[in-house]
Amino acid sequence: MTQALIDLGDYIANTAPNEVVGTTVKLGELTVWTRPASLMRLLTLLRDDSNCQFKILVSISGVDYPDREERFEVVYILLSLKHNQRVRVKVSTDEATPVPSVVALYPSANWYEREIWDLYGVLFSDHPDLRRILTDYGFEGHPLRKDFPLTGYVEVRYDEQQKRVVYEPVKLVQDFRSFDFLSPWEGMTRTLPSDVLPGDEKATAQNEGKA
Amino acid sequence: MAEMTIKPMTLNFGPQHPAAHGVLRLVLEMDGEVIERADPHVGLLHRGTEKLIEYKTYLQAVPYFDRLDYVSPMCQEHAYALAVEKLLGIEVPLRAQYIRVLFSEVTRILNHILNITTFAIDVGAMTPLLWGFEEREKLMEFYERVSGARLHSAYFRPGGVHQDLPAGLAADMLAWIETFPKVIDDIESLLTENRIFKQRTVDIGVISAAEAQAYGFSGPSLRASNVAWDLRKSQPYDAYAEMDFDVVVGRTGDCYARYLVRMEEMRQSLRIMKQAIEKMPGGPIKTLDRKVAPPKRGEMKQSMEALIHHFKLYTEGYHVPAGETYTAVEAPKGEFGVFIVADGTNRPYRCHIRAPGYPFLAAMDFLCKGHMLADSVAILGSLDIVFGEIDR
Repeated sequence: MTQALIDLGDYIANTAPNEVVGTTVKLGELTVWTRPASLMRLLTLLRDDSNCQFKILVSISGVDYPDREERFEVVYILLSLKHNQRVRVKVSTDEATPVPSVVALYPSANWYEREIWDLYGVLFSDHPDLRRILTDYGFEGHPLRKDFPLTGYVEVRYDEQQKRVVYEPVKLVQDFRSFDFLSPWEGMTRTLPSDVLPGDEKATAQNEGKA
Repeated sequence: MAEMTIKPMTLNFGPQHPAAHGVLRLVLEMDGEVIERADPHVGLLHRGTEKLIEYKTYLQAVPYFDRLDYVSPMCQEHAYALAVEKLLGIEVPLRAQYIRVLFSEVTRILNHILNITTFAIDVGAMTPLLWGFEEREKLMEFYERVSGARLHSAYFRPGGVHQDLPAGLAADMLAWIETFPKVIDDIESLLTENRIFKQRTVDIGVISAAEAQAYGFSGPSLRASNVAWDLRKSQPYDAYAEMDFDVVVGRTGDCYARYLVRMEEMRQSLRIMKQAIEKMPGGPIKTLDRKVAPPKRGEMKQSMEALIHHFKLYTEGYHVPAGETYTAVEAPKGEFGVFIVADGTNRPYRCHIRAPGYPFLAAMDFLCKGHMLADSVAILGSLDIVFGEIDR
């Protein structure tokens, strides 16, 4: 199975050398990196090439990495019924650069792109109907960004005097508690001994604070 | 007679409507009684599940999956458990795999009974609901006996299942498997050849195989369009490779075909349940890797190490090596997948949930165009939509 995916990755990279930035096979899953400008050409190839036949766009997902220069990853998950294979196509973008919409190729992309616009604020060019989808009417902000607080900014309640639903800033009865149980206790990790374990950085940060 | 111009009318369907199967606001542009455009407004049940999961440990995230599609809870836990196991690189004991297959099929029947009977009530048949829900109650008792909860079970966990089957459950399930085909036959005798039911469903909401693929369909709705695609067969997970069952395919891709596919799938599920019970081996029901699955309660009274493991697992939780995976299962409604990005800590960095109902509802405009208003109810019912998973 893995060998078939490596072959498929090589085939895609050789057929579209200008479109593909890189391919990886990890955990038995194939990922193909590309750029927004070549996304349409690559997806057309993946859909129509007889060795690919990825006719179903299963899902589009977004991931936010605030530390990166191009902070958003848009992940297209494709499925080929003919060859019984899956592939992930990834592009990176930032808040300002739009990703071309693939609705013309896959009608199912319509709502997924609206969702990513709603939750991450990634722009899609040439999308027929780029409205918010999951959040409230008139919602502001993009809730799945890492810098959006879990509690949000506004809360709603029904006001008996005004006889309507009112929006107010979030008032918490007690502070939101984020339980940080990360510890350097290596018993819980499955990493190599040479790796820096998550939580280790807190020990050094505290020492620096004291010094 | 003087010439009249009829203004197109905009009709608000829902958000509170019994045939909307939850909180769907469907804005319909009508030309008389014919739908010109359907614009579903979703998100009225949005709870931010994906955001919340980013703030929970891997084990704490399990109950959120019950609450997505709340009529097929265990299948969704299944996808999540498989994804986390893949990232952790652990093997699940054989008995746990069989228990999972068994309860996935219980879940499938639970879901299909609900869908078929509520679909029937949408198009005017009352009795199937009353008969079907009696059987659902029995199935939910099996849920309760094995996990302690009728609905939100949190039973499939990364590493296996929470507890072993209680004594006598397998025998009771086998007895129920013998009685249920009669109920399917009864429901079928009310619907399958019913003239009113057929008038409401045959040739309504037709979608061809190519269109169904383009719109991202999966599960019974894709198979009803004559595409023999079932993840249990094509990409078998857990013990499904050992099971002997048929992939049910419809021919016409209309509401009636989707109904027929679900009916036959229930019979196939019974076959799988029976095989799972009969072939089920003994042995542990969760991985013996104590860094992932907690020790038994009794062990904790004796062993210091077991106590430490228990404490660490329920506070810090296990760390999952950095990596990402998209893992999907054949949930009753279609392909339910989770895309998890792990960063090496005890919490998922990102957990995207691919709900089967989402593309179905996105195709509502395509399916409803040119149909009558009453047909939109039949189409909605036949697609098996639950808002917990669509709005997330």
